[in-house]
Amino acid sequence: MPIRQNEEKMQMKYRAENTAPDKAAVTGRAHEGVRSNVDFPGPERGFRSRSYSFPFDGLKLILFLLGGLILAFIAVPILKMIFASNPSILMDSLRDSEVAASIGLTLYAALIATVIGFVLGVPLAYLLAKTRFPGKRLVEGLIDLPLVIPHSAAGIALLFVFGRNYFMGQAFQSVGIRFLDSLAGIVVAMLFVSVPFLIDSAKEGFQKVDPRLENVARTLGATPWQTFIRISFPLAWRSIMAGNIMMWARGMSEFGAVIIIAYHPMIAPVLVYEKFETYGLNYARPVAVILILISLIVFVVLRFLLYRGERS
Amino acid sequence: MILIRNLFVELGDFTLKNASLEVSDGEYMVVVGPSGAGKTVLLESIAGLYPLRQGEIWLRGKEATRLRPEQRQVTIVYQDHALFPHLSVRENIVFGLRMRKTDPNQTRAALERVVDLFGISSLLHRRPATLSGGERQKVALARALCVSPDVLLLDEPLSSLDPQTREDIQEELQRLHRMLRVTTLHVTHNFEEAVALGERIAVIGEGEVKQVGLPEEIFRRPNSEFVARFAMSRNIFPGELCRPEAGNRRFKTGNTFFTVENGNQGDNRAVVRPEDVMLSMQADPINGANAFCGEIARITDRGSTLYVDVDLPPVITALTTRHVFREMDLEVGKRVCVCFDASSVHVFWEQQK
Repeated sequence: MPIRQNEEKMQMKYRAENTAPDKAAVTGRAHEGVRSNVDFPGPERGFRSRSYSFPFDGLKLILFLLGGLILAFIAVPILKMIFASNPSILMDSLRDSEVAASIGLTLYAALIATVIGFVLGVPLAYLLAKTRFPGKRLVEGLIDLPLVIPHSAAGIALLFVFGRNYFMGQAFQSVGIRFLDSLAGIVVAMLFVSVPFLIDSAKEGFQKVDPRLENVARTLGATPWQTFIRISFPLAWRSIMAGNIMMWARGMSEFGAVIIIAYHPMIAPVLVYEKFETYGLNYARPVAVILILISLIVFVVLRFLLYRGERS
Repeated sequence: MILIRNLFVELGDFTLKNASLEVSDGEYMVVVGPSGAGKTVLLESIAGLYPLRQGEIWLRGKEATRLRPEQRQVTIVYQDHALFPHLSVRENIVFGLRMRKTDPNQTRAALERVVDLFGISSLLHRRPATLSGGERQKVALARALCVSPDVLLLDEPLSSLDPQTREDIQEELQRLHRMLRVTTLHVTHNFEEAVALGERIAVIGEGEVKQVGLPEEIFRRPNSEFVARFAMSRNIFPGELCRPEAGNRRFKTGNTFFTVENGNQGDNRAVVRPEDVMLSMQADPINGANAFCGEIARITDRGSTLYVDVDLPPVITALTTRHVFREMDLEVGKRVCVCFDASSVHVFWEQQK
């Protein structure tokens, strides 16, 4: 490994001195292409992420400026809110039992939604990744539907199934589960809007598993179940895990669908909204900051996991 | 024994039509054919990984057509080795026995046996990603043999290796087969590999089995242009077999007549292997019943040997060594003579399309 790094440094140096960096970049990449076809991803894989610096020109100047604008648009409000808030006020609002309860409820409900999504979604993801069947495209489109419809509309639609007077609502009522203004309702709303993230990510993970590995496992004597549990699932695990985290994060941040089904008990995004409506901006801010911080932590963990996944 | 009867598989735009093949117990058969000829599909059908549209597969005297892969005792080694990347070498090798819930003592014994066989004890705790190509190949073979299969399927096992490692593994495969005598079906697109390893060779192409036979037969007596071309017989001449006169059989191609030894009425192709064609400065009948002269049309340098195309007409290719090439001072346009035995000419009937 040290030798490779040295090589790399030398190459970079060479490239910096050389007047034709583009050519070096192109040949370097072509070489990697060949390598990855022939070999399994080996320890040299880090090689791939090496980037090349190009000379600056007018086009790139414009691109950098435009890119910088959108970056600032995303980063400034979030950073400003975090840094402008007084830590002691943050602590105070965390100690406020209403706030703590709503944050706890948000994390908990999103977790339950994720577990349900995992149990029901991963099998579907496997089917979509590994089998062909008529109408598969339609199913894939259907799964992504929650991503494109307005979430308040999704909440209304859910009420038509899980509401007191409707089919699922009545079925569950007989075992004592109500959806309106309850944890169950929050979970259903979160599940609906966030499960596409898990299914898509898990599907991608299963697709990346070489079918030959599964074939070999079968010929060695593994049943389809054993093959799934010992080969396909562990190899897709990282993608499934990333999907879980994404789903959890998305569920946590849901507002529109939840507020239609369950204004109470109050999840944190609803609480932010209520504080803003009733007391104004300054009262809404600490809760909002806490929410953002929690989301950020989840996000960082996710990126970390994905990054490690790419490297190993 | 593997018996394949009227196999018909369809996979995407590829089909294998009416393929029949028989491999005896303990035999090493190499199936050779161009890329895209469906060799992998053939193996995967034998392993039970593809549903057949038609046909039967018998393994060890029992019909296996509808058996699941895990019930067949057939293991496969893929070109890219397909080692389980998340398991150690040791876990890879014992995977099959684990899945069959074999007794731990037996598992240990089986592991030791294959590890000794391949000399890979130092690799057991490594991950597949850290192994070299040759090491991976050995581990893949060890994994396939650890479950003591009835049949071993090898899918282009040498293609992804560099030339040096390829020779090592080729020897390894020969040694292994001599020791274990596992019925083996090896597919490759490389004819030389087929000749080196196969006890018998089956040539497949255009979705069907073209010819099955000993390497010598495929080499000397191809039954079709496809096989002749695949066996690198560059000299394939259309024409006709003349009626025998005074015990002399002759094959007419264009205005040239070859003296031949065998052949049936109606045969319309003649093949002469380039290595059987000798070059000389004069037409010398001592070197063979067939002697013709012409100009050198082209020289193809292959390193230690060269192909020399001589325009008689027709153009006939001779394989010559670098030594001869230098001695005779050959160059394009020079007039030389070619000689070959009557027994070197193989005539056959090619179906007209």
